[in-house]
Formats: sequence, structure tokens, C-alpha cells
Amino acid sequence: MTDVTRTTVSITVNGRVIEARPGELLIEAAERAGTFIPRFCYHPRMESVGNCRMCLVEVEGPRGATLQPACYLKVNDGMNVDTESEKVKKAQDGVLEFLLANHPLDCPVCDKGGECPLQDQTLAHGSGETRFIEEKRHFVKPVEIGELVLLDRERCIQCSRCTRFASEVAGDAQIAFAGRGDLIEVASSPTQPFDSVFSGNTVQICPVGALTAKPYRFTARPWDLEQVESTCTTCAVGCRVAVQSSGNRLTRVLGIDSDPVNHGWLCDKGRFTLDAIDGNEAAVDVLEASTRITEPLVRRNGTLTPVSWGEALATAATLLRGASSTPNGVGAIGGAALTNEGAFAWERFVRGVLGSENLDAQYGDGLDAALLQALPKATIDEAASARTVVTLAGDLREELPILFLRLRESAVQRGNSLVELSFGPSALRSVASVSLSVRPGEAHLVAQALATANAGALQVPAFADSELAEACRLVGEDGEGVVFVVGRPNLAEDAAVVESAVRILAERYPQAKFLPALRRSNVIGALDMGLAPSLAPGRGFDASLNGRGTLAQLDALVSGEQKAVLLLGGCLLGNVADIEQAKAALDASDVVVVTGHGGATLAYADVVLPAVVQHERTGTVTNIEGRVSAVNAKLSAPGSAWPDVAIAAELAEEFGQNLGLASVEDAAKAIEETTGYPALSVLQDSSSDGAVVGRPASSASRRPLDPMAFPGIRSIDMVGLGSRSGTTEAFNVAPTPLRVGASLAQVSAGRGVTVPLADNYSWRLLVSRRLYDRGTAMQGSPALLGLVGATTLRLNHLDLDRLGVSSGDVVSVTGARGTMQLPVTLDDALARGVGEIAFGTLSEAGDDAVRMLIDHASVVTQVRLETR
Amino acid sequence: MSHFRTELRQRAEELVALYPRKRSAMLPLLHLAQEQDGYLSDEGIAEVAALTGTTPADVRGTASFYDMFHLEPVGKYVVGICTNIACLLAGGEEMLDHASATLGCAVGSTSADGLFTLEETECLADCNLAPCVQVNHRYVRTTTPEAFDGMIEDLRGGRLDHDVPSHGTLIRVRRSGGLRADRGEVVAERAEAQAAREARAAKETK
Amino acid sequence: MATLDAPRIVSSRASFEDSHTLTRYLATGGYDALRKALSMFPEDVAAEVDEASLLGRGGAGFPAGRKWSMLRKSPVSYLVVNGDESEPATFKDHFLVERDPHQLVEGIIIAAYALQVSQAFLFLRGEFALGLERVQQAVNDAYEHGALGRKIFGSSFSLDIVVHPGAGAYICGEETALIEALEGKRGFPRIKPPFFPAVTGLYGEPTVVNNVETMANLPWIISNGGAAFAALGGGRSTGTRLFALAGRVKNPGVYEIEMVKNTFRDLIYDPALGGGIIDDKELKAIIPGGVSAPWFGPDLLDLPLGQDEVAEKGSMLGSGSIVVMDETTCVVRATWRITKFFSRESCGQCTPCREGSGWLERVLYRLEHGGGRAEDIDLLLDLSDNIAPGLTWPPQQTTICVLGPSIPSSIHSAISMFRDDFVAHVQHGGCPHD
Ligand SMILES: Cc1cc2nc3c(=O)[nH]c(=O)nc-3n(C[C@H](O)[C@H](O)[C@H](O)COP(=O)(O)O)c2cc1C
Ligand code: SF4
Ligand code: FES
Repeated sequence: MTDVTRTTVSITVNGRVIEARPGELLIEAAERAGTFIPRFCYHPRMESVGNCRMCLVEVEGPRGATLQPACYLKVNDGMNVDTESEKVKKAQDGVLEFLLANHPLDCPVCDKGGECPLQDQTLAHGSGETRFIEEKRHFVKPVEIGELVLLDRERCIQCSRCTRFASEVAGDAQIAFAGRGDLIEVASSPTQPFDSVFSGNTVQICPVGALTAKPYRFTARPWDLEQVESTCTTCAVGCRVAVQSSGNRLTRVLGIDSDPVNHGWLCDKGRFTLDAIDGNEAAVDVLEASTRITEPLVRRNGTLTPVSWGEALATAATLLRGASSTPNGVGAIGGAALTNEGAFAWERFVRGVLGSENLDAQYGDGLDAALLQALPKATIDEAASARTVVTLAGDLREELPILFLRLRESAVQRGNSLVELSFGPSALRSVASVSLSVRPGEAHLVAQALATANAGALQVPAFADSELAEACRLVGEDGEGVVFVVGRPNLAEDAAVVESAVRILAERYPQAKFLPALRRSNVIGALDMGLAPSLAPGRGFDASLNGRGTLAQLDALVSGEQKAVLLLGGCLLGNVADIEQAKAALDASDVVVVTGHGGATLAYADVVLPAVVQHERTGTVTNIEGRVSAVNAKLSAPGSAWPDVAIAAELAEEFGQNLGLASVEDAAKAIEETTGYPALSVLQDSSSDGAVVGRPASSASRRPLDPMAFPGIRSIDMVGLGSRSGTTEAFNVAPTPLRVGASLAQVSAGRGVTVPLADNYSWRLLVSRRLYDRGTAMQGSPALLGLVGATTLRLNHLDLDRLGVSSGDVVSVTGARGTMQLPVTLDDALARGVGEIAFGTLSEAGDDAVRMLIDHASVVTQVRLETR
Repeated sequence: MSHFRTELRQRAEELVALYPRKRSAMLPLLHLAQEQDGYLSDEGIAEVAALTGTTPADVRGTASFYDMFHLEPVGKYVVGICTNIACLLAGGEEMLDHASATLGCAVGSTSADGLFTLEETECLADCNLAPCVQVNHRYVRTTTPEAFDGMIEDLRGGRLDHDVPSHGTLIRVRRSGGLRADRGEVVAERAEAQAAREARAAKETK
Repeated sequence: MATLDAPRIVSSRASFEDSHTLTRYLATGGYDALRKALSMFPEDVAAEVDEASLLGRGGAGFPAGRKWSMLRKSPVSYLVVNGDESEPATFKDHFLVERDPHQLVEGIIIAAYALQVSQAFLFLRGEFALGLERVQQAVNDAYEHGALGRKIFGSSFSLDIVVHPGAGAYICGEETALIEALEGKRGFPRIKPPFFPAVTGLYGEPTVVNNVETMANLPWIISNGGAAFAALGGGRSTGTRLFALAGRVKNPGVYEIEMVKNTFRDLIYDPALGGGIIDDKELKAIIPGGVSAPWFGPDLLDLPLGQDEVAEKGSMLGSGSIVVMDETTCVVRATWRITKFFSRESCGQCTPCREGSGWLERVLYRLEHGGGRAEDIDLLLDLSDNIAPGLTWPPQQTTICVLGPSIPSSIHSAISMFRDDFVAHVQHGGCPHD
């Protein structure tokens, strides 16, 4: 053990004494002190294996100086290292020569050419001539090891970064080394392709061109690419990304190694759903989610017709003004895809101009925004280092993939405990210390059990007493050191069930912190900007701001109490659980849609206002932990799409009002000045990791770009908006204290939940999320759309036995709206009596099971199953 | 549904139970899968992955590290001939060429009748009887071309069935005994016994 | 003349037809040593082994007693016995497992008792099908006989032995690769430190790894005392040792002879042992300890068979295999074949070993089969130097395990001793012997 009282040790590198942290890897310590040691297999986000042998340096030891791998050796006090001796140079040159011996000389046609660590280190160290006159190794090239990844085995240098990533980081050992010696190769199984949702990371960290991404392959040469640093808004984790384009065409998104957020990793959905943005301008069917909306549209004689902005704004204003003449006659739904500035502008418009309190960025599939705001918050880092994490959420790998990676690492590498309140299939199960199985409608009862160490509240607990006892032990007395990750695991269940569970846990464990697991891109930012009943911008809570949420608005539209709706985003029908009710609501009302993409919802639109989408806009967004970070434009928007701030401001003008928001910077300044919520300061420092709302700014310096670990991101100078700061310098934000949010006591206790008793003849339905669904991003990305699975009904083996069916057999499922046929799949992650289907998928026959089966009126949905 | 036949499935479960961690049973289980199918079929690999809590890619990758596992079907008899140093000095290469001619197939391939697969092996640790020949990992100890041909005839005639089972069958002796005790109990007993010994020793020295 | 009056320590039963059976074993004093050991303090059993100064027989020659005592301070979790024997021309463990499996089992039980472990694994090379069956039978019989399992022979000591078949990979003889294979993985040697599995071995727990022959010596040592063993041999090389003699000798085979008292010449030429070179040809070179070892020329024939004696001359006794090459032998061909072996058996982790072995093999192939160039000879040496810097003995290394730096041994030896042969191959455009 190292001496705990020492915080630094001294080592000598090339005769120079440097300070290092005890136990630090030599390669890291040397690099911080300015001595770069070449490497290939070493990756700072994975365990060292020391197998490429490129980093050999001479280290003084009891038997004289010996060659040691700097990536594996931990420093200790007094260590004497030579990284430049003749012996070191010969060894390193030798390794490089060996690596190149069988490496093809196809750099000019290789995707990695120009951004290749092997190429770079060859130029820096290589002798330039080859002594290898033998026939090089030949393999059939390239092979498709997964839907998205191609492997060229001739280029592989066996560094094992990809296989280690797959098994160690992602937990998906679908690729592994096969063979031995110089025939060793990376291989997937013929029966199970590399379909990990993290597969793209292996391409990014490959130090040569062995792994290439199908969507990117041959699309660009690195030196043609321009890039900005931005934040991924595919889900609400907010991974830092480098967005690259060639001309006005997006070519690639790469993960940036941000310490607090994504550690360089991205999920494949975030990485590869690019076509949806710039690939479909040509598509014309506005009812297709893949179509970009490039000009304003107004419905004339039943058809959406292109018009000028002026006409579209005037028409929209007329409709909204008409409806708002009825008390409570208008409202807005959506907004989670906006930037904070866009959301702020629309909030000003709806509350300030329309005078409506009916606004909600969630689609009835989230959690009570005021309750969320009242919870003591944890950051992702805190969750990933908590003694115990308790998840009360859907499958995080499907909903918030990088949060899943962080929590998995915490359990696997750091040995922290994970207690899972398990609703259904979950990729964390295999690393969880305890999984307490929860049936639909019973989350609050399980929470009660966890709070009292007594499962008495549950008629028949779906877990053993010993499991409950272990979970209670891990949570401890008052929740100190514990983080609850809370989301919305079941879309076929009243939110009140989970909200009630959260409330119980928050009251019982006052020292615990909470991390919301809401998944939709900038949902937290939108709520923080006041796009929610009872919330004012900047984490303001005001019980008097008591408007309708989304579900209430849809009800009111159906009943005629509300006349018109402003949709902030065009995907309402793709997001609500009860599509039939939503259609009825839209049918009955005037509909103004502000959107970048088409979709089924536009069939009901009266006016469509084209907006810019991600990678075309500048602004800030807020992730699940409340981290505000910048998004940057890499492309110019197609046609005449406008930023939301401009659309809201212009629409206000039609009402004769001035929002005072002439630009995104104006909006950011207004947010920060009036609420203390970080906005302009983040925008001005847009290549930072951002700032967490309500927390002091981090003093830790940002992790420098490591082109050996994450090749392809060009250089730190190319990243970010350094050039833009000139335009924003004029603003100086006066520090405003952040408002105090709601307290738990203030937030209404919520509705009581009464769950109908389970009967022996029906199954309770769990509707959960998949990463690959038929949402807008996926629809526009042919590369990924094929990965969306068909709907199946998952059941526990006991239930399969009871029905007398096995995996693959088709059963009749009867729900609220009728009967449909679905194949069953065995999944023992489900409790007995629970059937699971995935939201946003279709059955083989093209039917939407959620639409058919969901019982919107009931706290839980029950279905009947029959074999044919 | 298990891909293993009932009896093999039972042996597989016994094997898994022998080790503190189930993945440790990987090599014995792969031998077992090969005993059933003669090679490692996709189904056999899937079953081993399930039994060891790993993935098919991992099992396949692991298996392919080891020369004794075959990922493609092979003949009923896999004939291995060593050409490493001791055998080289005793005509191993010539023996390999001879075998190739006799069996009518190139090294690394299977004879037309599907009975024999010929392999060049590394040292088989029987160098006093070089060049060393194994069939299905049984030493057949035929050091001359004539003896080799006779042995092949005997195999064809079924006269060596007892000595040389079909490819994949490695260990025909099934483990019968076992500790069958709780590990904690054994450790406690060990400590107790040590204390008793020490007490006895202390008394004796007094 | 060879000194052949030492007792047969590990090969006493080998001449019996039924040497592998429990009946024969019991009839020849089998399991008496175990009973004796169980009546002793475990530390005293270990002390006997320490006193015997039994050097490990797997290759590295580390004293078994020292290895155990380094460990006994913290409890050892597992005993792993290395029966992977795959070093070319080594076949003495093969002999022991087939001919006297009970002796091996008894040795393992004694070691386990000394180390106070309750779980032992015997990793046997997969190609030893008969050996695997015989050892499994012996283990079964030992359970039946009460020599294994719960409360052995009524004592409070319990032990389980699992016989674990390998599957054909030389590198699994390296102890950390063996442990990986035992954990069900590819046999990739583990990176050091930790230098010994003793610290983090099987499942990350302290583990002792010993060779089969090392174990087989234990019953005799316990029965006769460590001092009796230490009285045999000389210097640090005590006792007898099994030597596997192969190549161009009249009587290749496994011979148990006293260490140090005998020389290479005795082993190769004594009529009771090797009996001389085939057709009485001239000896050209010997490989003294497995193909990882640098070669000796005829000038060192009178070197005693002792660990330190051989080390002083820049090689090793290693795995106890001795290969004899005579004037008819083409050393280029021999070197090529040995290098091909390493190339096939490199695990593939380390760049210098993976790529270097293949490259060296192809250059040697060209020299032997046509296409060799004059500069290839120095290229061979320089590439070798990039795997084992300095080409010293014991070697330095650029790799994780010592397979890498073993590759250059034969190349460096052959070129140093017979450079002319290489030049002749270049000039002849292939092998002049063909
Ligand atoms: C490449 C390589 C191959 C080895 N092969 C064997 C082997 O087949 N059998 C063996 O007992 N030791 C082998 N060893 C040595 C083992 O690593 C280890 O030192 C030995 O098993 C310890 O046992 P001992 O102390 O009883 O000799 C090998 C070492 C290396 C580096
Ligand atoms: S030296 Fe060779 S065998 Fe040893 S670990 Fe490295 S690659 Fe594997
Ligand atoms: S061995 Fe250190 S970087 Fe590969």
C-alpha cells in the first residue's frame, strides 16, 4: 500500500525530477510532465494490459535498468526512468517495425489515413524503409462484424482496445480475439453479430483503420472535415461530442472525453443518427418523420401549402388569438427538443403573450416536474461513485445509455453496490447486488417495503425477504452516500405510482440524493425554463402557476374546453402512449406546429413553422444532472428554417408584443440575468464541460484532448467556438442568485393511487422503452432503422408454461381497444403475471401494440392472453 | 432445450459444479461438446456459453486459441503427426508426406471418405518413439511408413476401436469421488486441527 | 562412466506392467508417505521439502520449499499442478502421469497438506488422453481408498483434486497462462508484476504452481527425509532428475539419474543410457534444456548435469530435455523448425513475439528452402535483438512472458556456432543437405 498521507511522489524522468500521484501510471505521470511516451494498446478509460509493447522505457531496478511498459507500471517514490536511451529507442523502433511488417500500405484509401495513431507514430519514429520482404498476411476484407461496424483484419494491430471495450466497458462480449499467435484476429460469432448499442466506440478508439463505421466509411477525408464541439441531444445524458462536417453535410460525430459526463463514449444512436438532419431535405412527404421541413406551411383546402413566413405567422397568430379569447382555451405541448433559449422564448410567449398556464414539455410519459425539482440532486459523478445506487427506472442501457456505462463501471470496476428496483429486462441486472422485482402498479408498495424493511404492504412480493433485507442493508439508515436514479419505467402505468414511490423514498432517506432518469433530450432544460405547470423559468416553483399538463390538455381538447394547441416539436403522436386519444384531441382543435421534421402529427396541423434542429443551432441545454452545456451549429439550416427564439419573438410581434429576445445570446443573457440559471456564461465558454445548476463552478481543469485515445478529433484549437466569443463579449451577466426551487413539502402530495387487484386471468402490461425505436431520429437514419426490433410480448417462463407456449409462438392479446396477435419471448427478468412490450415498435404485421392495448383510463393496463 | 444429450448434459452440469467459478469449466465443456458432435458446432458453442455465463463470441474466440478444438467438422479420426525437433531428426516430415499420400489428403484436410483428417502437430511428448503419431490424441506408436499403413488399415477395420474412440472423446473415465463439503466447514476444521496440533506440541515440549 | 547407484526416486515402479494401478501402488509402499505426512505438522512437512532443496522441475528451477514458505505466511488458496508438458522434446511428465499416476496424486496430497489447501487442480496437457484417463482413475481410486476427500485417512485434513484437461496450446505451460486457461479463458500469460501467482493467482487468490515431477518427488522425500534427498546430487542441484533424451541417439528415452554426478557425455554415451550417437556419427550440438535453451557444442559434453553448472555456461537445464544433433543434422532446418514452433505457439499478445516469430520463421524458411540473402543472417540477429535486447543469457525481454525471448535462443546459438552453414545455404540457394 502506498503511504496514505503522501499526496505526491517524486520520480526522475530523463534526469528531471517530476511530481506524480502515488499509484499513478508512469505513462500518465510522464505525459503530464511533458514527456510523451508512444503507445497503442493503452487507453486511459480502460484497464492497462500492456500488450503492444510500444511504451517500453528503461526503469532502474534491483537488477539494473530493465525495459518496462510505462502504461502498466505504477510510479513509486524515487523511481528512475529513461524514456530516451538507445535501448529504449531500439526497442520502440523494433516494436513499430514489427507492427508495420504485416500492416498493409493502403493509407491513401484507408478511412483512418490522416488521423491514424499508427501513421502518426510511424512518421515520428519510423525508419521509413522496410526490411520485411515477405508476403504480408492476407485476410478476406472487410468483414461485417455487426450491422454498423466493418473489420479489416489486415490492418488490425491486435491492441485489444475494441475487445476490451466490448467486454470490460460495455459488458457486451460479442467480439473477442480468435486464433492464436500471428493469426490472432478479432471476431464475432456467426450466430450473434456485434449488435451492442455501443459498437461505434470501438471504431472511434481503434488506433488504425481496422474498424470502420459503415455510415462514415469513405464519406470524407479527415483533412476536409470541419468540426465544432457540442452536446449530443439524442438523450438527456448530454454527452460531449465533436460534430464534423464536410461542407454543409454532417459526416461524423465523435465522443469527447469529458470527465463529468461521457468519458469519450457515445451510444450508436447518438453517433449515427445524422441522416435525419441533413439527409432528407429532398424528401417531400411531410407526414414522414424523415422529411425536413424547410418552409412555412399553412393548410389550404385541406392540404399543407408552402407560404411566406409572414403569412404563416399571421395565420398562426389568428388561430391562437381566437382560441385564447376563451378562458383557458389555448396551451402548448412539447419543447424537450429545444435549447434552453428556445424553451425560454416559448415560455415567455405562452405565459406572457398568450396568457396561458397550460404548458408541458413532457408527453405524459415523464414525472411530475415540481416533484423532480424538489428532490435533492445528484450529479452523474456522484451517482457513479455512490456507495450504493438504487435504480427505480427502466432499462438504462435503452434509455440513457451512457449513464448505464457510468453506473456499470461503478459496480464492476469500483465495487460499489447497485440495488435495482427491477420492472423488467435490464442490462444492469447482471452487475446488481440485489434486484427487487416490481410489478406494474406496485412501485410505491416496494418503496414502502424498502422504507420499512417490511414487505407487508405487498400482497405477494415478487422478491424474497432476504433480498429485501440485503437491499435495506445497502441503503443504510438515512441514505447517506446513496443515490436514487428515478425514471419512468412503465408507460402503461399512471405516473402517480412511481411518483408516490419517489416521495416515500425521499422522505424516508433524507440524506440520499436523486438523479432523474428522464430520457428525452433537453427535457430537464425545458422544464427548468418553465415549460411545465407550476414551474417558472430558472428552477422557480410557484404553486399558483397551475395549468394543464399534457394529458390534461389532450382531455380538454377532446372535450372542447381547450380550442387550440401549440406543438413545440412535431412528434406528439410518436410520443404519447395513447395515440387514439391524442388524434381525437388534435382533430377537435386548431393546431400550430413548430418543428424541424415532418411526422404523422402534421396530418392535423393547420400551420407548420419550420425550425432549426440539432447541429444547426447554438444555445445551451441541460442534462439529467442539471449540467448546462453548449450546443453549437455546424451546419446552416435548410430552406428558411429559423431558430425557435426568432420564431417565438416574431410570433409575439404578431400579437404586438416584444419579447426583447432578438437573438439566442439575448435569450441566454435574459435567462442568466433574470434567474441566475447558467446560460450566457456557458455559451461564451462553449468548449467547456458546462456548469451544474445550483453548484459552484468546477475549478478542475478540463481533460486535455488525447488524440491517441480518441483519434479523429482534430486538435483542441479546432474545437469549440473560440471565434464566436467576439460577438458575445458585449454581454456581461450580472450574477443573479438562483431561485430556490420547490421543497418536497411544498409540492402537492400527488394523487393517491388505487391499483385494481390482479386477477388470475389477466396479465399486467409493462410498456418499456428501447433505444432503437421508431422515433424521429431513427426514422431519418436508414443505417439504424433496420435495427429496430419487431414487437414481441415478453413473459416469464412460468407464464409461458401456464399458457403452454414457448418462445416464438403467437398468442392473442386482448386489451382496451381490441385483440391482436403477438409472438411471445421468454424473459425471466419479468415477474410472474407481467407481460412486456416495447414502446415505439411495430409487430411483424405492422401493428402498434401499445395503441391497441393501452388502457389510458386505468392506473395499470391489464391484458388477456389466449393461445390460438 | 439442451443441445447436449441427456447423459452429456448431466456430465456438463457436474463439471460446472467442480469449479469455484463456472467459466473455469470452459475447456472441459468444450471437450464434451466436441465429444458429442465431433467438432464445435454453433449449437454446442451456444450451450457452452450458456453453461459458463459467457457469449458465443467469447466461447468461439477462446476455443479457437486451442489446437485440439475444431470449429469445422473433421473426420472420425484426426491423425496428428509431429515434425518438431526430435521427430524432424527422426523423419517426421517424411512421415507426414507419407501419411498424406496414404490418406489421399493434404495436411490440414480430410480424406475423401470423410474418415481421416490429417494434421501436422507440434511436439507430442513421446519423442523416444519418433516420429510421433497420434490418432484422436491416442499414441499409436507407428514409427515406420509400413506400420503407419497397417495402423490405418486396422482403424478402417475397426480393430482399434477400444484404443482409439471417435474424435472428440477424450476422457472415458468419469470422475466418481469428490470432496462434497462446504468450503467454510473445511477451512474451520483446518484451523481447529492446527490449534489442536499446536496444543499437543506445547504439551509435549513441557 | 555414468554414476548409476542412486535410488530410483520417481521411476521405481515404471518397469511394472500394472504400475498405474492402486494395487501395484499399495504393494510398493504407496500412500505410506501420506500417512506419515498427516502425522506431522504441515510446517514440518514443508521443512522436509525445504531441506531436500528440491528445485522445481518445470523449467525455472525455483526451490519448491522456498516457494511454499514465501507463501505460507498468508494462507494459500489453491495448489495448481502443471502437467502441460509441451516444451519440444520434453516427455518426462508424460512418463510420470501414464506410468505412476498414484505417485503424482500422493505427491499432490502431501503438498496440499503442507500448504493447507483444500482444493488442488491438476492441469494436464489435453493430448495426454491416456494419461488423463489414468490420472482420473487414480484420483477416483484415491477417493475410494480414503486418501482423498473428506478427512483423509481419518485425519482432519480434507482435499479435493480436480483433473483439468488442457486443449493444445504450449503457452499454457507458462504458469500465469495456465491459470487463465484454468479460469476458462484464452491462455494469455498475465503481465507482471505481480511476479508470482503466489500473490494473485487463480481467481486473484494466492496460488502455488508446481510441476508434475516436482510433486512426484514428494512421497520419497517424506518417506526418506529431506536430508537423504539433499545427500544426492551436488551443490544446489540435489536428488535425481528425469532427463528426456531425444534426437540422434541410439536409445532415446526418459532416464532418472543423479544430478551433478553425471555429465552430458554420460547421459548421451553410457550404454545403459543414451548409448551414443546413431551410426556413431560425430556430435554436432546439443540443446540442453528444451528448445528455449541456448545450445552447447561438443566442447561442453563434460559439463555436469546441474542447474548452476549449466547456467554458468550460458544455458539452462530447463525442462530436463536434451536433444542431440549430429553431423547429419542441418542446423538451419532445425532452427527454422524450432522457430516455426514458437511462431505457432506465441499467444499473440505481444507485438515483438507475435510478429517477430512469424518474420523470423519466414526468413529462416527462405534460407532453408531457397531465396535466402546474405543480409538475412544479420537481419535474423537484429530482429532477435528486438525481442531479447542484447541477446544475453538469461535474456532481457521486450515481451510479457519469456516465450518471446526464448525464440532467439536457437537462432542466436546456431548462427554463433555454425554461421558457415547459414552462409552455405545462401550460396547454395537452399539447403545443401537436400
Ligand atoms: C513458455 C513457458 C512454457 C512453460 N511450460 C511448462 C510446462 O509445460 N510444464 C511446467 O511444469 N512448467 C512450464 N513452465 C514453467 C512454469 O511457468 C512454472 O515455472 C512451473 O510450472 C513451476 O513449477 P516448478 O517450480 O515445480 O518447476 C513454462 C514456462 C514458460 C515461460
Ligand atoms: S511473449 Fe509471446 S507468448 Fe509470451 S505473452 Fe507475449 S505474445 Fe504471448
Ligand atoms: S504496452 Fe503500453 S501502450 Fe501498449
